[in-house]
Amino acid sequence: MRHSITSDDIRAPEMAKAIESCVHCGFCLAACPTYASLGEEMNSPRGRIVLMKNVLEARLPAAEAQEYIDRCLGCMACVPACPSGVAYGDLLVSYRAMQEKQRQRPPLDAIARRLIRETLPYPRRFRLAARAGKLGAALGAALPAPFAAMLNLLPGSLPPAMPLPPLLPAQGEKRGKVAILLGCVQQALAPNINYAAAQVLAANGIEVHIPPRQSCCGSILLHVGAEADARELARRNFQAMPADVDAIITTAAGCGSGIDDYALLFKGQPDSAEAADFSQKVLDFSAYLAAVGLRAPLGFSQERRVVYQDACHLLHAQGLQREPRTLLRQIPNLRLLPIADAGMCCGSAGTYNIDQPAIAAELGGRKAESILAAAPDAVVSGNIGCITQLRQQFTSRGEALPVLHIAELLQQAYSHSAASS
Amino acid sequence: MKNAHPLLQALEALYPPERLLTRDAQLLTYESDALTAFHSKPAAAVIPISEAEVIETVRLCHQLAVPFVARGSGTSLSGGSLPIADGLLVALNRLNRIKSIDPEQRIAVVEPGVVNLHITHAAAPYGLYYAPDPSSQSICTIGGNIAFNSGGAHCLKYGMTSNHVLGMKVVLADGAVTEFGSDSLDGCGVGPDLIGLFVGSEGLFGIALEITVRLLPQPERYRTLLAAYDDLGKAGDAVSRVVASGMLPGAIEIMDRLAIQAAEAAVQAGYPDAEALLIVELEGEAPQVEAEFAQLQAMMRASGAFELRSARDEAERARIWKGRKGAFSAVGRLSPDYIVQDGVVPRSRLGEALTRIKALKTKHQLEVANVFHAGDGNLHPLILYDGRQPGALEKAEALAGEILALCIKLGGSITGEHGVGMEKRDYMPAMFSEQELDIMQALRRAIDPKEIANRGKMFPSGEAPALQQRGMHPLERQGVISRE
Repeated sequence: MRHSITSDDIRAPEMAKAIESCVHCGFCLAACPTYASLGEEMNSPRGRIVLMKNVLEARLPAAEAQEYIDRCLGCMACVPACPSGVAYGDLLVSYRAMQEKQRQRPPLDAIARRLIRETLPYPRRFRLAARAGKLGAALGAALPAPFAAMLNLLPGSLPPAMPLPPLLPAQGEKRGKVAILLGCVQQALAPNINYAAAQVLAANGIEVHIPPRQSCCGSILLHVGAEADARELARRNFQAMPADVDAIITTAAGCGSGIDDYALLFKGQPDSAEAADFSQKVLDFSAYLAAVGLRAPLGFSQERRVVYQDACHLLHAQGLQREPRTLLRQIPNLRLLPIADAGMCCGSAGTYNIDQPAIAAELGGRKAESILAAAPDAVVSGNIGCITQLRQQFTSRGEALPVLHIAELLQQAYSHSAASS
Repeated sequence: MKNAHPLLQALEALYPPERLLTRDAQLLTYESDALTAFHSKPAAAVIPISEAEVIETVRLCHQLAVPFVARGSGTSLSGGSLPIADGLLVALNRLNRIKSIDPEQRIAVVEPGVVNLHITHAAAPYGLYYAPDPSSQSICTIGGNIAFNSGGAHCLKYGMTSNHVLGMKVVLADGAVTEFGSDSLDGCGVGPDLIGLFVGSEGLFGIALEITVRLLPQPERYRTLLAAYDDLGKAGDAVSRVVASGMLPGAIEIMDRLAIQAAEAAVQAGYPDAEALLIVELEGEAPQVEAEFAQLQAMMRASGAFELRSARDEAERARIWKGRKGAFSAVGRLSPDYIVQDGVVPRSRLGEALTRIKALKTKHQLEVANVFHAGDGNLHPLILYDGRQPGALEKAEALAGEILALCIKLGGSITGEHGVGMEKRDYMPAMFSEQELDIMQALRRAIDPKEIANRGKMFPSGEAPALQQRGMHPLERQGVISRE
């Protein structure tokens, strides 16, 4: 589309390029969860591109477009669907970061976002807030919807923190050396995921470093537009992570794709090259392990029927469709079940289930139904957001279906095999 | 239509606020379909969720003489669903129920907002599918397919939308509700073919409310062949050979170098590096398909193909088609702007047409990417230009005009499947005599006396017939539309 963007934002060229390459063909509509749910042009990728274009051209006040931009899950399903190669992610991330600096939010909304900024990136604070949250849950319906959604996502009690040693030696012949980026929310909600990942990697002959001084990757802050804070957190990791590793492993899809956005986050910063090097090194757990290959023995004594739930930030943002499935297919006695609309977002999407609870619940419901239709014994995903969202969906339906991180399932497959041999 | 307009008041009573769009931010996103050279903002858009709402809306428009445009997913490449400035836009996306599938009769009854491919998905458990496959089938709706009698790669063997619609319930532009055809596969068989009249009428007669479509059994076997050529004309001649042999493939498509590059960049389809690529797909019962496939390969070799590749499995076949079907949009990677043409030539003159288009593009010093349904002679030259350069659009339009003139001269047509819409209105007099156009107008006025349904489309504007469209579009001069 032609445009007359005059914005002097540092990322205006990236935004303009994305808009230019859009030909408005509509192929993205079929992939968009909010379009599937609402059926309106302004709640579709190309509609949002038109809106952002008009705001950037100063033809439309940003406030009028905001509700539609806010409703975008950022799931990036439109990106692989786009034949013209529109870098929608670059546009959206840049636009949101720009708007977040300017916009005025209603007071309650502002409080919620401040809570996000000040708690989610910090596991210890988040644990404290979560306990307070239980108190809040008792107040129930008196709270506005966004708060209720946030509190609903918290488990009844948080698992105990599981401190990891700074180094886990490789077992058997050494095949590689990695560092684990622990992440933030996940470390509080499900510390076992990183624990399991470290163990599975070590069992596969990988030396695992877990630098204690690391921090959140900053992606969640970039989501809410707090760019400078996001960069500060990222920089701590540049310092903390050892240089001589094959890869920096993440077990949270959002961290991996958020770190891919460092090119945008660090544009014009003196350490942009360092940020690019860092983001090059970051790999999702499933991608790294699929590349090195699983070591036997592992597996289950009885058939396990498993659904793999694609996290948008692995499938669409990082293109990891095959890798996790390759891993699962290497597990003896595991049967991988297909589901309908596998590429459709479950509605978790970062802070989305906090910001847009109604659509998040609808998408979560659809996902839960298509999973249940496959009648699995377990659901596996590579992202804490999806896991939390699905657990909540199953609980509310009275289903006791376990939802695991792929690292946890692999951990089970190894210990099961060890126990039965 | 001002805010105080009685139509808006009536619509407020009919629709809840979330389905009556009047704000700038909402309407801006409906300003264009897939032909963004035109945009125009309606006074309001409504999103009906029931047949009754559509009928009442059309009646109100008729009563108050307010023009309306019905729209599905807005994928028209001819500006067919461009809104009318200050008119009403009726977005039918939420009327998207597949009401029934009858596997024994092999029919499906659907609402107009149902996405083309969703019918196939719903019919798949019964081993059936819906044959017409426009490249935008993953998102375009049946309502739009009906309005423009949409085709697609496989229409070579199976025909266009009109060959697959058996029955329809429609609301005519004056608010009358009527039914055409029947559930029987033969139609009702009496009187004129009213379905044939309605399908392809570009939204000028009214809105389809319920459509009965034919389903076909899924072919038992597909064989898909890629043949690479060092010359576009050779690929064109190869098509004539296939046609002359009496073989009837499901699809015969050609892409030239630019289109191959764009599609390859978009989906890594695994196309060979070539000046021209022929995609031929055979489908049907396994023994026949396999026998013909051997014959086809021999024929392609004899036609001068320097490389043949065939899809080894369904995934490879799907990738080949994904590349082909995304090719128009993929050209967006090569050029900021382009015009898609949709001319038709007799397929025996395909090689000649391609050679002459090549000469024309050299003359105009413009890049042209060719992607087309070679089997039925439906050309889709994409004329690349950079709209930011002054005069570039006019230059591209001049070339487009010459290509269309060439199609007519060779005994073809200005449109094969995208429709006349907004884009080709002014070329109508080059194809039809004044008398023929008068007959079409008389028919239209008999059904829509106030000319409110998709006003401004298909018929040439009141000015002198012009084959060469230069400078501003007549409607631009009148200030009705504007370009980005």
